[in-house]
Amino acid sequence: MHSEEVLALFRKMVEARRFEEKAAELYTQGHIRGFCHLYIGQEAVIVGVAKNIKYLQESPLDSVITSYRDHAHMLTLGVDPRIIMAELCGKEAGCSKGKGGSMHMYSKPLNFYGGNGIVGAQVSIGTGLALAHKYNNDGGVALIFYGDGAANQGQVYESFNMAALWKLPAVYVLENNRYALGTSIPRAVAGNSLINRGDPFGIPTIIVDGMDVFDVIDKSREAIDYARSGNGPIILHMDTYRYRGHSMSDPGTYRPRSEIEQIKKERDPIVKIKSELLTTYNVSPEEIERIEEEAERLMKTAAEFAINAEEADVGQLETDIILS
Amino acid sequence: MQVRTAIRDAIAEEMRRDRSVFLMGEEVGRYNGAYKASQGLLDEFGEQRVIDTPITEYGFAGIGVGTALAGLRPIVEFMTFNFAMQAIDHIVNSAAKTLYMSGGAMHCPIVFRGPNGVPRGVAAQHSQCFAGWYAHVPGLKVVAPYTAMEAKCLLKAAIRDDNPVVFLEHEVLYGQQFEMRDDIRLLSKPSESVLMEGDPARRTGVYLSVHEDSSTGPTQQKNDCGELGKKSIELLPLDKAVIMRHGTDITITAFSISVMHAMEAAGILWEKHGISAEVINLISLRPIDRDTIVNSVMKTGRIINIEEGWSACGIGSEIISIVTETAFDYLDAEPVRITSADVPMPYSKQLEDLALPNVDMIVNRIARMCGRR
Ligand SMILES: Cc1ncc(C[n+]2csc(CCOP(=O)(O)OP(=O)(O)O)c2C)c(N)n1
Ligand SMILES: [Mg+2]
Repeated sequence: MHSEEVLALFRKMVEARRFEEKAAELYTQGHIRGFCHLYIGQEAVIVGVAKNIKYLQESPLDSVITSYRDHAHMLTLGVDPRIIMAELCGKEAGCSKGKGGSMHMYSKPLNFYGGNGIVGAQVSIGTGLALAHKYNNDGGVALIFYGDGAANQGQVYESFNMAALWKLPAVYVLENNRYALGTSIPRAVAGNSLINRGDPFGIPTIIVDGMDVFDVIDKSREAIDYARSGNGPIILHMDTYRYRGHSMSDPGTYRPRSEIEQIKKERDPIVKIKSELLTTYNVSPEEIERIEEEAERLMKTAAEFAINAEEADVGQLETDIILS
Repeated sequence: MQVRTAIRDAIAEEMRRDRSVFLMGEEVGRYNGAYKASQGLLDEFGEQRVIDTPITEYGFAGIGVGTALAGLRPIVEFMTFNFAMQAIDHIVNSAAKTLYMSGGAMHCPIVFRGPNGVPRGVAAQHSQCFAGWYAHVPGLKVVAPYTAMEAKCLLKAAIRDDNPVVFLEHEVLYGQQFEMRDDIRLLSKPSESVLMEGDPARRTGVYLSVHEDSSTGPTQQKNDCGELGKKSIELLPLDKAVIMRHGTDITITAFSISVMHAMEAAGILWEKHGISAEVINLISLRPIDRDTIVNSVMKTGRIINIEEGWSACGIGSEIISIVTETAFDYLDAEPVRITSADVPMPYSKQLEDLALPNVDMIVNRIARMCGRR
């Protein structure tokens, strides 16, 4: 990869992290309410996968769907951070006009279908996106992100079955961050592993270091190519980790702090790409610092924009319910 | 006592009393409940009886039904009732109908419980009242407590009941403090009511109607009334409403958190408009306590229902049907429903406030119904 390309990846990951840090700040200050699920620690997953999304002219061909932990997906796909932050603050300028909030964000032009608050629901809906790609014969692939907790829902396997049966162009991106709220994998998953969940359906699984953006890029390219070439669905098992609580209201007493600290120290995806830039790509520390500062400034501006934006328009209460 | 503690205590007491009672759901054990309504239960009862499930509502609701058919008494917790939608098939098709389909050969003593309604700030997929959905289904009992005392005594009764019970809690009420002793107070005669500042309705015997009926309800409890505390009732009937406040001009029916709004509105109506409102805390949504409602309307001539759910086919729709069918001639004004706006719940506070019923709305509507301004 060219160093410019790597720098762009680095920038995206830093932006995602700074965005979430700002969101946490605004939550604490009372600008954001309700549930707010941060993506900190998992940045390499969406940034790496998004690198392989196929575009026709300027528009993405592939489609993406995920859970409530969706800010970084929106941001990485290219939505203006001010618009995302405004949504978090319930403002008129937000991507859902303040009606959806943190868990429910969408972008039609970017083929991003949310933002789903019901654990596992996005897997069936995402499989429907894949069916539509096949139906339209448009060459697109559906990228379906879901958690290790979601991986236990029945509808996931109903979807796997149909996706395999009909050879749908679906890439299931399992973001295994080891916990579903407070429940760790060994306490929820028979056999203590999710890597063979595609086997009964003949769906291959590729194991990925979800904390290493280069590994994510390589293996997601392979998976997306596989699905796009008409081979049917495939699973990317991302080994990743979330640093913060499940949501802003989770004290996180179910895991030792040392576990988090150790992973931050040994596997942090941003630290990893940074050292790669410094050593392999000969990028100067000043250049890296500049990008970090720019990201910081960008998110500061986004926060200011969101805080000062107009409140949600009361005239919008009864719109967007049904089309006439 | 907080409502969440009352719920915890009810479960703990029933589990101590009956080995067949157990709790299952997401994060009920090690995490002590997503809303801490099962604090300490894993420590006391161990993993066999306090079971953490994966996020698999459809599966564990069905498993719960299976254990109930086999003679156990499961309490199935949904982290919120929004997620019970994944499992509604087992609640309706498996739990509610088996007694009938088996010609009475098989029954299903199960409690489905968890927070229902609008917890504030969590948008459309996490803010919804399912009272009307479950109240629609023959074969279910559906209750929604308001106070801590109700939560405790109704949950204990629900666990002992031989039928499937849908038990609707409210996240906003979990942290609410209620005086247990005061609540438990039963007054034998209305004359013992404590009148304050000329308000004929203040602080009347809260559980008066409960007591009057309690000998026939599942409580079988002949309580010596007029006493505080100790000899307190342990169970409340699952099918009885409670008159929270007596009045003569209008009947306000409500359940769960809406009772709070109704009580506040009733106070304002008396102070500002001299309107005497009778507040009925419905508690039971299936069956609905028709007698308490109809008797009240025959006295007041007016009825309004407050609920957090949507208006179409809601609890208020049912209550108004009951009243117009049985006490039509007693009505002096058109019956009214106050509900959430007919929209999915918006996220932003501005819009959410507009979407929810509030005290001002209730006061103004009632003042108009009673011909004031
Ligand atoms: C059907 C359903 N059940 C329960 C919940 C509550 N809940 C929200 S997120 C979550 C944990 C999900 O964990 P996982 O799938 O691993 O995703 P992560 O949060 O780790 O990204 C739970 C239990 C829900 N939103 N929907
Ligand atoms: Mg997880």
